[in-house]
Amino acid sequence: MDRALALPHGSALDAALSASLVFDVAHLFAGALVLISFLMLYQDRLYALLKVFALQAVVLALSVGWQALAQDAPHLYVTAAIALVFKAMVIPLALARMVKRLGIHRQVETVVSIGPTMLAGIALVALSLVVMLKATADVGGAADALAREDLAFALSVVLLGLLMMVTRRNAVSQVIGFMSLENGLILAATGAKGMPLVVEISVAFSVLIALIVIGIFLFRIRERFDTVDVDALDRFRGGRA
Amino acid sequence: MSLLSDPAPLLVAVPAMSAVLLALVPSYRVGALLNVAACGLTFALALLLLGAPRIAGPFLIVDDLNIVFVVLNTFVAFTTAWFSAGYIAHELETGRLTPLNLRFYHAMYQVLLGAMTLALLSNNLGVMWVAIEVATLTTVLMVGLYRTEAAIEAAWKYFMLGSVGIALALFGTILVYMVAQPVVGEGAGGMIWSVLMKRARDFDPALLNVAFVFLLLGYGTKVGLAPLHAWLPDAHSEGPTPISAVLSGLLLNVALFAVLRFKSLLAAHPGTLAPGPLMMAMGLGSLLLAGFMLYRRRDIKRLFAYSSIEHMGIIAFAFGLGGPLANFAGLLHMTMHSLTKSAIFFAVGHACQVKGTQELAKIRGLTTSHPLLGWSLVAGVVAIAGLPPSGVFMSEFLVVTSAFAARPWLALILVLGLLTAFGALMVKLSGIAFGEPSPGTDPVKASYVPMGVHLALVFAAGLYLPPELVAWFRHVAAVLG
Repeated sequence: MDRALALPHGSALDAALSASLVFDVAHLFAGALVLISFLMLYQDRLYALLKVFALQAVVLALSVGWQALAQDAPHLYVTAAIALVFKAMVIPLALARMVKRLGIHRQVETVVSIGPTMLAGIALVALSLVVMLKATADVGGAADALAREDLAFALSVVLLGLLMMVTRRNAVSQVIGFMSLENGLILAATGAKGMPLVVEISVAFSVLIALIVIGIFLFRIRERFDTVDVDALDRFRGGRA
Repeated sequence: MSLLSDPAPLLVAVPAMSAVLLALVPSYRVGALLNVAACGLTFALALLLLGAPRIAGPFLIVDDLNIVFVVLNTFVAFTTAWFSAGYIAHELETGRLTPLNLRFYHAMYQVLLGAMTLALLSNNLGVMWVAIEVATLTTVLMVGLYRTEAAIEAAWKYFMLGSVGIALALFGTILVYMVAQPVVGEGAGGMIWSVLMKRARDFDPALLNVAFVFLLLGYGTKVGLAPLHAWLPDAHSEGPTPISAVLSGLLLNVALFAVLRFKSLLAAHPGTLAPGPLMMAMGLGSLLLAGFMLYRRRDIKRLFAYSSIEHMGIIAFAFGLGGPLANFAGLLHMTMHSLTKSAIFFAVGHACQVKGTQELAKIRGLTTSHPLLGWSLVAGVVAIAGLPPSGVFMSEFLVVTSAFAARPWLALILVLGLLTAFGALMVKLSGIAFGEPSPGTDPVKASYVPMGVHLALVFAAGLYLPPELVAWFRHVAAVLG
């Protein structure tokens, strides 16, 4: 804000104000996405996990909507709408119903306990900040600072989603890990100015998840194993090599 | 421009339309025939590409590199559809599949073919990414087709690892766009291959390097490179055998093609890190791992799945080594591997049907009980193990000699891996092919033709390579850098 105040009055002030506003708000949303990823890592109940995931989808929708406004790219509103309707409502509700029907709401089985997972998460965020800020140091200038830092946050969300997938045993929480990973990708794609095909890519992802996960797998797994614990799949493998 | 002079759009449209048609056809017999016909038509169109002009439009690109892949892909898809027509009828008789399953299977087969062709021909890296994702999706569904516990487990694992791979690849793709955007401007231009290749020299090298690492890991997962190969043996062993043939022979190549495209982008920029060492490390790792894993296999389809990992490792190593000779060897090896491996899966499919099992211990003495099938399998395994006079021997020989010329120490590891895998295959082969036959003497019902054609091509290539083909591969090898 000091930057803005130091400037003379008139249109220059407005421009500086709005530039810094764009930056700050986009930053706020991207940072919030990373924070929510940590919240997800911390959850040990499936319902709570679903709620936090829905929250992340809402923040993603806001972030994408803000980018649409700032970049004047109306097609991004479609992506925001997909995130809001599909990821913040349809998928969490469908998964919640499934969790209820399967009676697995009590706990999330973790491979590694929460403490070390959180530490690993912090290390991953540090890693992605170092890698991205260093690699993008020469690209663009001050104008692209937004894209650069968005990218660092996006990579953090991707890696935290990955971490979630490997530290959870339950098929439902693995799917949530994957979808939060994909939230990071959408953040990166919308942060890259004028990137084409963002809508198509988010649709492709939604189709992938909807078709495979909801439509087929969880029910089939349930049908065959009476559980969605991936451990049961491993146990089944037994003597096959 | 007439359609015949530019068959590229039709190559994508024919499978897409056939998929819709096949989804509507209730009879599995008609479906199987239509499937073969559609694949045959696609292959014929691919042959037309050979004479077509090399053009780069806003959507599709035809260049020397992707024609090799498209022709090989459509050919193997055609022969596999032929094999599948007979194979599937048997699965129906034994009750493992229902006619409704088959309708789904045939439609998905065409979607897969169309998606792979689109991935190869697309001039837009975003479209290529979407096409590879669609191809993954269809194979995941087909791997789970039998709905047994093992099939679902395999499909789940494939879905999870495949999605992570495809996600990493997308992140790399976004990075490439961000690298290109300051140079070529906002919008579609930053995603178009032909534009990117021309302007590659002005890109920022540091970010391009990071992008390549993500792309190699992402698409490398689909190539089946160690340590990201875990999905591959399960997916190959649990799906219907024609799908194993298509996965090994084609889908791995398509993912490799994506890696090669990005590698040539890096090669066009003098300031980037050399992509070679990364690819060579992953290639050698896959080769060694698969070589040792081959000894302990008890399931015949898993055995050959590991053999695919081994060969993708060799190919990745060859392309990582780079230079005209190694690239040439890599291309040749890829072609030979696709032809041989799909022939082997055809033979394995028949063997599993007549013996009613996939267990190695229960498939013995095939040359006695089914001489033609047994000896074809022997020929296939001899070829894939790299014995002369097969085409695989030629290409492996070229990889090894170019490796000794450039990196002697790495060549030693390469040879160690090759010998390990060779030994394992020979040990397993002697059990399968010779000795006292295990029970199960039903005649083979399906056609030997696809297998015979593939093996004939592989052995012919070992003895004589047409000079036109050599000149072509040389040209492509030079482009790859």
